[in-house]
Amino acid sequence: MRALDILKTAIGNSFRSRLRTTLTVIAIFIGAFTLTITNGLGTGINQYIDTQVAAIGAPDVMTVTKPVVAADASTGPAKYDPEAASEVGSGRPGGASLEMTDADIDTIAAIDGITSVDKSVSVRPDYIEWKSEGKYVLGLGQFGAGITIDLAAGKQFTADTDALQVIIPTTYVETMGFSSNSAAVGQQVTIGITDALKQQTTVEATVVGVQNPSLLGSSATVNPALKDALYAAQSVGLPASSTTQYGSLIAHFDAKDSKAQVDAIKKHLVDAGYAGTTVADQIGTFQTVIDGIILVLNAFAIIALLAAGFGIINTLLMSVQERTREIGLMKAMGMSSGRIFGLFSTEAVFIGFLGSAIGSGVAILVGSVISRVLSNGLLKDLAGLRILSFDATSIATVFLLVMGIAFVASVLPASRAARQSPIDSLRYE
Amino acid sequence: MTPTVLSIRNLTKHYGSGGTRFDALKGITLDIQEGESIAIVGKSGSGKSTLMHILALLDAPSGGELSVDGTDAATLRGKRLNLLRNRTFGFVFQQFFLTPNATVLENVMLPLKIARIGSRQRKRRALAALEQLDLADKARNRAVNLSGGQKQRVVIARALVNDPRIIFADEPTGNLDSATGATVEDILFSLNKERGITLVIVTHDDDLAARCDRRIYLRDGLMVDAVDVHAPAMHVTSTAVVGA
Repeated sequence: MRALDILKTAIGNSFRSRLRTTLTVIAIFIGAFTLTITNGLGTGINQYIDTQVAAIGAPDVMTVTKPVVAADASTGPAKYDPEAASEVGSGRPGGASLEMTDADIDTIAAIDGITSVDKSVSVRPDYIEWKSEGKYVLGLGQFGAGITIDLAAGKQFTADTDALQVIIPTTYVETMGFSSNSAAVGQQVTIGITDALKQQTTVEATVVGVQNPSLLGSSATVNPALKDALYAAQSVGLPASSTTQYGSLIAHFDAKDSKAQVDAIKKHLVDAGYAGTTVADQIGTFQTVIDGIILVLNAFAIIALLAAGFGIINTLLMSVQERTREIGLMKAMGMSSGRIFGLFSTEAVFIGFLGSAIGSGVAILVGSVISRVLSNGLLKDLAGLRILSFDATSIATVFLLVMGIAFVASVLPASRAARQSPIDSLRYE
Repeated sequence: MTPTVLSIRNLTKHYGSGGTRFDALKGITLDIQEGESIAIVGKSGSGKSTLMHILALLDAPSGGELSVDGTDAATLRGKRLNLLRNRTFGFVFQQFFLTPNATVLENVMLPLKIARIGSRQRKRRALAALEQLDLADKARNRAVNLSGGQKQRVVIARALVNDPRIIFADEPTGNLDSATGATVEDILFSLNKERGITLVIVTHDDDLAARCDRRIYLRDGLMVDAVDVHAPAMHVTSTAVVGA
């Protein structure tokens, strides 16, 4: 029998006992449906996180801190050194770090692979105001050139500009008195900031864009020029030493660097007594948690599929039993055992294909509707989140997995059919 | 001399072992010539079906020798065995063994499908075989909807479709009334006469057996009598001896 004939015959055979095939397909349907939905959930959330990540930090920067080197426990506490840098509480979680000076900036900039080093400074503005429409508390997110913000209106920051630019979250738009997201773009706003002498000064900036709400709260973002302007205004009256000490630094590297190259840079930093953390490192933990949850959900779906696998075994065993004489006849007519095996395993794989096709199809349909309803209702505040997204790879994986399970399930019944001796089958009543 | 297609020497077959051992065949020696028709006659339990199954390579003997066209059947395995079954043998069974819900055409095409023949040629040859048996108009009918005689004619068409050299018929008229049975017999014997297909018929019907060139009588696994009906000069029958 040719492969195409086997396929056609197997498909024909699976429709011979419609009710039985339908019930088995339903069992697979449930598994495939669940698996597609859980996969869609993973894809949707991860896609959302990816857009969020782009807004948190550029892919070509790492935060550099100077961790405290733990003293050897057997020698007791280290001697206090008034000249040594003081510890700062901020920095990487799980370890205190030391303050860095301009000398550190030079050291880090000299490290192989690092293109430039920025000072990471903290800017705490008091308020933002537009045309005397009222002053509102302003929180600033992370700065950094090269970040891509998920915008509702307007444009990203202009690169290498001296113009003072700010991107505000959508939640600020109405509160501040703008009629719409796009109406806010291009407007001049006033940012108030208090310096070390408790004098409040203001800085004028242009709204270039409006940012969709993100997972990490709604905060405005300023461009490097505005950051510097605000830092200068905030630092008036501070002693020089405190403006030249930094809790962390921002090191830039080539965005085209491979992961191995980035790892090499990190190693150089460690060798020099620093620690570098990229945005991917910070977000990676987050995605690992999501992936873990999705894995558990997928495990449930796979359990459902395994149960369906036993359904396939049962269906095929009955099928083999029913067609004992036919198998005998085909063998008497010279059909090989291998092809008999192929006939039954193809039937199982086809049943698996039907189940996964219907399961995935319905899941995509239902998922798209649910996702749309949710993004207009319950998840309205998380703009851009499509809780269920389906990509071709994960759907293909579901298909292959289900058909694989179906094939494995077919091994027992199909080999039973293949092993039958023609004469015993023909004598069977 | 006509070539011998099937030859068995002192063939035995038993089922089970020890106390439950049952000897179905106790030593049969027989030669079947190309183009002859031979009836294996006996009551149920005489071993006649077992003998046919072994001759058709559907079952393996417990002892003795079987050769097909001079080749020892014990050496035939896997692909060669399947090819031989497919090309050389055609089967007509008392219980028809048709796939009930498939069409007549599909049933007849089965041996060709197994032989990996393309679908167009398959259809053409199956239709030709059905034509020969006056069943062309039933090609699209489902096998389950046919009468017994029609079913048996479909079975013969299926046995015929791959141009076999030997047709094995197990009680071909057993499930048919005498008029229909006679028609089926006529068809089988005309195939034997006109196309030279060797006919091996297993039956307990003396009238059917009487139409064959040769009759072998079995009782309790032993050959008890051999009759050459027509005694044609071209057939050598002296090789058929009473088994030990």
